[in-house]
Amino acid sequence: MNTLFDKIWDSHVVSDIEDGPTQLYIDRLYCHEVTSPQAFDGLRARGIGCLRPERIFCMPDHNTPTHDQDKPIEDPVSKAQVDALERNAAEFGLTYWGMNDPDNGIIHVVGPEKGLSLPGMTIVCGDSHTSTHGAMGAVAFGIGTSEVEMVLASQCILQQKPKSMSIRVEGSLGKGVTAKDLALFLMSRITTSGATGYFVEYRGSAVRSLSMEGRLTLCNLSIEMGARGGFVAPDETTFAYLKGRQYAPKGADWDKAVEYWKTLRSGDDAVFDREIVFDAAEIQPMITYGTNPGMGMAIDGSIPADAGRKALDYMGFEAGQKLLGHKVDYVFLGACTNGRIEDFRAFASIVKGRRKAEGVTAWLVPGSWAVKAQVEAEGIARILADAGFEVRQPGCSACLAMNDDKIPAGKYAVSTSNRNFEGRQGPGSRTLLASPLTAAAAAVTGVITDPRELL
Amino acid sequence: MKQKFDIIESTCVPLPLENVDTDQIIPARFLKATTRDEKFFGDNLFRDWRFDAQGNPKPGFVLNDPRYGGCILVAGKNFGSGSSREHAAWAIAGYGFRVVISSFFADIHKNNELNNFVLPVVVSEDFLSELFASIQADPSVKVRVDVPAQTVTNLATMRSEHFEINAYKKYCLMNALDDIDYLLEHKDKIEKFEQSR
Repeated sequence: MNTLFDKIWDSHVVSDIEDGPTQLYIDRLYCHEVTSPQAFDGLRARGIGCLRPERIFCMPDHNTPTHDQDKPIEDPVSKAQVDALERNAAEFGLTYWGMNDPDNGIIHVVGPEKGLSLPGMTIVCGDSHTSTHGAMGAVAFGIGTSEVEMVLASQCILQQKPKSMSIRVEGSLGKGVTAKDLALFLMSRITTSGATGYFVEYRGSAVRSLSMEGRLTLCNLSIEMGARGGFVAPDETTFAYLKGRQYAPKGADWDKAVEYWKTLRSGDDAVFDREIVFDAAEIQPMITYGTNPGMGMAIDGSIPADAGRKALDYMGFEAGQKLLGHKVDYVFLGACTNGRIEDFRAFASIVKGRRKAEGVTAWLVPGSWAVKAQVEAEGIARILADAGFEVRQPGCSACLAMNDDKIPAGKYAVSTSNRNFEGRQGPGSRTLLASPLTAAAAAVTGVITDPRELL
Repeated sequence: MKQKFDIIESTCVPLPLENVDTDQIIPARFLKATTRDEKFFGDNLFRDWRFDAQGNPKPGFVLNDPRYGGCILVAGKNFGSGSSREHAAWAIAGYGFRVVISSFFADIHKNNELNNFVLPVVVSEDFLSELFASIQADPSVKVRVDVPAQTVTNLATMRSEHFEINAYKKYCLMNALDDIDYLLEHKDKIEKFEQSR
């Protein structure tokens, strides 16, 4: 009652179906190439168009290669899927930012950076990591393709209202402990299903002091606790980030918007269905050892005795084993989780003056062309190049290996992405999720290393 | 596929694993299709657990075990976690499952099943473990899912449980109607809402 989630949700209710779901109005729909073609087919089969095309933005990201984007995609099946999105956007009158367009990038990186995702909005996309946009103070969640079709057709979705959860983290994060570590810590405590059925509001001083990039990382991973979404109430950090962005309100509209956004907070008397509190001082740099993101531990820890056999067999680990010093074959910096400018700055802070380890293959993939431009403008690209690293072209890349960036079977990858499921980064690949700092530490030493030793 | 639900009685395919994520149900490399070809997705359901790299069936996996069959999949808790890909629901439907029984479903996947006329039935942990035991003891054991009465019955033990489904979704399933049909019928409400903002 009287939570920020209630306020945003309730202000978007078009109608309530008796003993059924709510018809919820959607301010913003994002479409990528993987989960939309069948939805557009559905519209054609019904002989209808989009109700509010100006609220819908399309861009390919999952299949795009991270090199030679000025040339056609080599894989004919990937190319067909990307081409289908371009055709569908043109046919239905939707904004489309294609591969190699300076406006293109991972949909969850581009939306916030263009000021398309704003406080108080309802935002959906056929992608579970839509929760990312919650960092702007929005109710944002992933949906299936049938639901994409619903929103294309009616700008509404039928949904049961989730319950609300408050996760409060108080205190300061220690040296070398990032938003990613905070999220991996929460998953290890709450498990991958512990927040199912809930929408999470992240609160407390440790959350407040995160930058927008950090909040985007934290909210991105809400789904990995089972939550449909998670958000941070908008504040001065949010407003400063949004001001002047391409699609953010301007002039008098900006002042009016900020005045409204300042009202977007949970009441002092807010009642959540569940409240959890953590102490930031408890959190260490984290790493996962298993095959779901909840199977994580402090980087200097030992794999718990009760870790599932199937997962450990897949990873080639034993219960009780320490991971520090374990050989690493691949390092991946990128994805909608950690492909933003701050992540590149963090990675560079460790590799500066060092060299990439022999035998490590590193893929550094910015989340958008705008991030790539900033990496170059700030001189980070130079630092990375001097250390033996190459910055690739933007896309989802090795996070789910739908393009040609695949981790080979049996190889160990320290990855800043969001999922370590069996085969996620390529059939047989072994993923260890961690922060950009931990990924950088592995990249320069060739083994799993506590990043605090290199800071 | 839109098909009407009433009473379903079938043998079951048991998958007693927890946290089965949608990357396992249908790996990402099969998401490049631009059509909703359920047979294609069904043929690749649980692809990497079901087939080796050469495409040969792995004998240890339940879908390759001739003792088990039927249109009901029984799975461990937190079924369908992870990616929102509806292709996972298409694969389950395309393989021929009409019902999935578990003690807990991930949110997005549960909606995706319902939107594809696959019924997710949530049962208690106790009911689930007894059902796994019944199927293990005798693969020909049947389960009855009575949608009008909202009950699920293990016909080996005759243990029965009530399951939840909201009245709207139940009506949709029993009459083969989908949400878009409903939304398009109520377009006037959407315009009225936009004007009121």
